[in-house]
Amino acid sequence: MSRALFVCFDSEESALVTGCAAALGLPFDTLMLSGEGGAGDKSFVAGFEAVPPADGLAEALLSLSGQYGRIAFVSSMRSKDLAGRLAGLLDAAMLTDVIAVESADTFHLPMVAGSIVTTAKVTDGTLVFTFRPSNFAKDLPSTTGSTEKIALTPASRTQRTKAAARSGGRPDLAQAKIIVTGGRPLKDAATFEAVLGGLADKLGAAVGATRAAVDSGIAANELQVGQTGKIVAPDLYIAAGVSGSTQHMAGIKDSKIIVAINTDADAPIFESADFGLVQDLFTALPEIQAAAKGT
Amino acid sequence: MRILLPIKRVIDPYAKVKPLGDGSGIDTGNVKFDVNPFDEIAVEEAVRMKEKDPSIETIAISIGGAECEDQLRKCLAMGADKAILVESTREHDPSTIAHELKAWVEELKPDLILMGKQSTDGESNQVGQMLAALLGWPQATYASKITIEGGNIEVVRETDSGEETLTLPLPAVVTTDLRLNEPRYIALPGIIRARNKPLEKATEKSNKEPNIRYTKFQSPPARPAGRKVANVTELLAALSERGVSL
Repeated sequence: MSRALFVCFDSEESALVTGCAAALGLPFDTLMLSGEGGAGDKSFVAGFEAVPPADGLAEALLSLSGQYGRIAFVSSMRSKDLAGRLAGLLDAAMLTDVIAVESADTFHLPMVAGSIVTTAKVTDGTLVFTFRPSNFAKDLPSTTGSTEKIALTPASRTQRTKAAARSGGRPDLAQAKIIVTGGRPLKDAATFEAVLGGLADKLGAAVGATRAAVDSGIAANELQVGQTGKIVAPDLYIAAGVSGSTQHMAGIKDSKIIVAINTDADAPIFESADFGLVQDLFTALPEIQAAAKGT
Repeated sequence: MRILLPIKRVIDPYAKVKPLGDGSGIDTGNVKFDVNPFDEIAVEEAVRMKEKDPSIETIAISIGGAECEDQLRKCLAMGADKAILVESTREHDPSTIAHELKAWVEELKPDLILMGKQSTDGESNQVGQMLAALLGWPQATYASKITIEGGNIEVVRETDSGEETLTLPLPAVVTTDLRLNEPRYIALPGIIRARNKPLEKATEKSNKEPNIRYTKFQSPPARPAGRKVANVTELLAALSERGVSL
């Protein structure tokens, strides 16, 4: 268990690992699946243009990762897809969505829509884990050691035949400093885009949606914020027409400031919001947009 | 074709849960249990496949105490052909579950394993991938559309930034995401009728020990109560006091 390996899908993730690495307290290296060399004593650069499917990739990672006692990933859908497979191949323990590190074998993670924080102890052997970078220190100075090219040749039986990104040039939910989220009161996709999108673009914010908004076709699935969607932690979270279900709150409770705008003064979101405004979002959001200086 | 449907009994995903006073577990005293919603989506998908192709056989399997029978009966009522309850009261982690399922896959020889991408209680998002790795089968996680053609399965899956399409040879493991379908509603009479369907009780095949121990359960720190503001001007002033100017 002497060393840790942080596996990064791209250069942006490399900037997110130093806080967790410091908490873990082990010397560490990074493996950059795409992008340039990253943090750590040593950075292995795989140089994939598109990161291949998990089955072949996990197998290709076996010999390198087998040399580490702790193998960590920034939490995301793609990392969990790969990490679970790698843990299976290594017959290693795995923890998902670590939010705090007590020691190199004791971790905290959320359960049941964030209602419970459990302490998990690894009793034996290698550990693979994913962590939420928003719960760890940011902007720590990173050591930059040597960079080494590594040739990974995955033989996937899975073929990727099509890939489509649907975000329209706005910041990613996981990275955004400001998020503007809308619920079902936004009525339809065009209204959602006009009212929320307009404000988001003025503020340089990402757009989020509730599960109800996604389910009723108002917003695209990848915009869903909450337990079953994206877990976010921006500096400012503006929720418009959002009631504040347990599932939704589980995804936003690490935001620095939560603003709730809702016509229903009894909506549960007001219990958790720093600032609550009981007003129709169709008048409030344009007012904010008009008053904001913008980016 | 045979489809295996691993099922987890979970705390009602809409219930508000708290840890026990001594932090030794989750207080389940007044909480209902249900089929993990993502597993329910998997059952629904398999039943729809069978409705199109009656030669398909669907088997639901769950690992846990005798009480898991309730959730397996629900799966039978939804249309699963048979169910297996692997009775176990010992501690598990995702890896022990994956090992137990692997042993059953070797006996039952399914062509496809369909299961939830994660449970709504443990939220690990691991078992499908671990099981696929142990079996050496290809995997497609977060499925939002599934099409079987010959010996292949085509899966449209959710990604962090949109979606992608994967083609996998069978046998394979596919985990389900929310958009795949909306499970049918099962009324009580349906569950009672399903009492005639076969539910086999079995003992564990794997003796893999967990290598994770969950030692403490706590409530997360609560957010301090906020306050209401009267209008947008007041809101912007309040934000500005907290160092945020829009």
